[in-house]
Amino acid sequence: MAEQAENPGLANTEFAFTDEQQELRRAVRKFCAEFSDEATVRALMESPTGYDPKSWARLGAELGVLGLAVPEELGGAGGTLVDQAVVVEELGAALFCGPVFGTVGLAIPALVASSEGPVRSETLEPLVEGARTAAFAVADRGGRFDPTSLTVGATRAGNGWGLTGVVERVVDAAAADVLLVAASGPDGVALFVVEGEAAGVERQVLSTLDMTRRQATIRLTDAPAQLLAGPDEAERVCAHALDVGATLLAAEQVGAAQHLLDLTVGYAKERLQFGRPIGSFQAVKHRLADMLVSVEHARSAAYHAAWALQDGTDDPWLAASIAQATCSEAFVDVASGTVQLHGGIGFTWEYQAHLYYKRAITDAALLGSAEAHRGRIAASVLDPSIGRLPPPPVATGVL
Amino acid sequence: MSVGADTVVNSGPEPRSGPAGDAARVEEAARKVVQDHDPRSVSQKEFLGACFDAGLSWVHFPVGLGGLGVSRGLQANADAILQDAGGPTPFALNPIGYGMAAPTLSEHARTPDRAAEWLRPLATTQDIWCQLFSEPGAGSDLAGLATSAVRDGDEWVVNGQKVWTSLAHRANWALLLARTDPDVPKHKGLTYFVLDMHAPGVETRPLRQMTGQAEFNEVYMNDARIPDAHRLGAVGAGWRVAMTTLMNERTAIGGGSSRRGTGTIADAVALWADRPDLHTPILRDRLAKLWTTAEAQRLTGERSRATATAKGPGPEGSVGKLVGAELNQQIYEFCMDLLGAEGTVYGDYTLRDITRNEDYRGPIQQRFLRSRANTIEGGTSEVLRNILGERILGLPGDMRADSDRPWREVPRG
Repeated sequence: MAEQAENPGLANTEFAFTDEQQELRRAVRKFCAEFSDEATVRALMESPTGYDPKSWARLGAELGVLGLAVPEELGGAGGTLVDQAVVVEELGAALFCGPVFGTVGLAIPALVASSEGPVRSETLEPLVEGARTAAFAVADRGGRFDPTSLTVGATRAGNGWGLTGVVERVVDAAAADVLLVAASGPDGVALFVVEGEAAGVERQVLSTLDMTRRQATIRLTDAPAQLLAGPDEAERVCAHALDVGATLLAAEQVGAAQHLLDLTVGYAKERLQFGRPIGSFQAVKHRLADMLVSVEHARSAAYHAAWALQDGTDDPWLAASIAQATCSEAFVDVASGTVQLHGGIGFTWEYQAHLYYKRAITDAALLGSAEAHRGRIAASVLDPSIGRLPPPPVATGVL
Repeated sequence: MSVGADTVVNSGPEPRSGPAGDAARVEEAARKVVQDHDPRSVSQKEFLGACFDAGLSWVHFPVGLGGLGVSRGLQANADAILQDAGGPTPFALNPIGYGMAAPTLSEHARTPDRAAEWLRPLATTQDIWCQLFSEPGAGSDLAGLATSAVRDGDEWVVNGQKVWTSLAHRANWALLLARTDPDVPKHKGLTYFVLDMHAPGVETRPLRQMTGQAEFNEVYMNDARIPDAHRLGAVGAGWRVAMTTLMNERTAIGGGSSRRGTGTIADAVALWADRPDLHTPILRDRLAKLWTTAEAQRLTGERSRATATAKGPGPEGSVGKLVGAELNQQIYEFCMDLLGAEGTVYGDYTLRDITRNEDYRGPIQQRFLRSRANTIEGGTSEVLRNILGERILGLPGDMRADSDRPWREVPRG
């Protein structure tokens, strides 16, 4: 408190968006209005690949927004994770169909965190340019990397490696050009790069609850692989990717939830029943007020995580867990409220509510449920406090 | 406490950065006060009086009224120096006075001299102030209040009952909102006064609350007389003056940022830490959820401050009261559920005045009972949700039965 009072002007750089970030937001919003309107989303979710490679390439090459947090020497923009979060938030608001989760959220951060080498640079550059896409075939347990639960094994094959095993329900893997796969090898756990079309790679495309975000189960049978991160760093690389992925997923949840709040508020102002707008009824108004609170909390938690990971101002995994625990519940809450407050039309196929609702349910399950992240939070802030804090007074009733 | 449907939200702090010269001037004045009136050796009244004379009580007020006419944000610069030297936190000593009465008097007193006469003893805490707004029949619907003030020559004669008045039993002066014209719609018939709490016909009784204590009072006015010179603003313009008071309720309570894990959540975490014998996985998840919500709200407060500094305050600034109140209740409900049967005993229901001991919150059971008021005082959660819906989201207002009718004809009870 005293420090804050002495430096009132320095209290917060966190949460203050720069003019460039505002401009970035406007540019992506404009892009989405043109290339990710509802009709496009609906067409793409029924299409064979589930996304439009031309739009993706525009995001990478023309707007340059797929590698904003990637250092310039690696072909990126040299910006911040906050920049990237702003972009992902806007893509989430538009329910953009494309490998944002697998490529921008997980694969690119994993590549950046790996030590340098030709495998990294050759893989990373086309991802940042939007020329290729990637998926992160690393199963997590409640949002954490767990090297003991890997389902893929690695063996040496000539100068390279061969991978064998199954990774279930990999997001964005159906159409990915390249897969990042964690596998147990003779020296321990390592992270490998596998070409999606290589021999020995079988992808079973799954019919998903959220049709705008494809998944595939990957079966590898001695599939040729290149080593990206060896046993000395694979665990750190995967943990970092999951923290960044969780943070960007939170930003997406914020964008989508804000969109739904705006949509539902608009509807509540226009829809007339009993001779008045339904938004004038307190039962509706109060539900919307609660949705506003959810969105505001989600925005604070998500951007705190982005700033914390960028600037090292908080434990990265704790900040990411706070963001996921908050944003998963917020998006589901707002999406549920959106369906409810729209009444019958909210349940129809033609109306957009169900598309977001399904994204909300899926996002909440990805990279750890809210409960799983609360478990991590409890392990960090509650369990170590046992026996260490002075107890608050409790009355005994004895006078 | 009081205030409801018409509580003003979104009145966050003004930009903090003033011209560098102003900051230097404020800090120099503060250092001089500390040097000439060392708060560790002179009386509290002398020190706070020196602060007033130096314009450091409310730096954004005009010169002569306890201010220097500089940006409100520079108050923090002054307070840091004054309080580091051992000075008190005057807001805690005279909260209604510093937070609500002072800005109202500064803006609406009939003459600057009259304002200064009230403000200096207010600043020294010689005069404690209270606020006579809420009534038994006017809680959320404050503008529907019934206390009447009738003109009699150069005086007004006041009759009515106020309730939920913090500090009335210690106050010398009160801010009073009364009805001077019952024949016009409710907002238009109100006038704002300053009432001498020791005037004949003013009676204060403690109001015992469910915790057993009395933080608040009932105030009865039977033919109490107020000189017309103690009217603030024009006759019939009381609502506009009240807005000044209510707008400052929020900014006064706002203030410094908090650290992670502080506030009421610390009670729950400390109780959890002290009682591993009572742990269950379900309670652990429940506490983790409360902790996470407290953290999200803390971050939202930080974000509100960051954006308020940059431009105007955004919607994030308005959720604090609603969330904080409900979270407090959930935190103490958790504590009681953790304690189980141990929670069913209580320390002491003896009626006593706890307003002189600002830190007294009592055992967990008492804090639990006290938290029931959090969603009522300072605007009920129902009214706050209306405010979020209508003022932030722009939803249409509810249908009102009393909008254009004379107050006299509106059903009450």
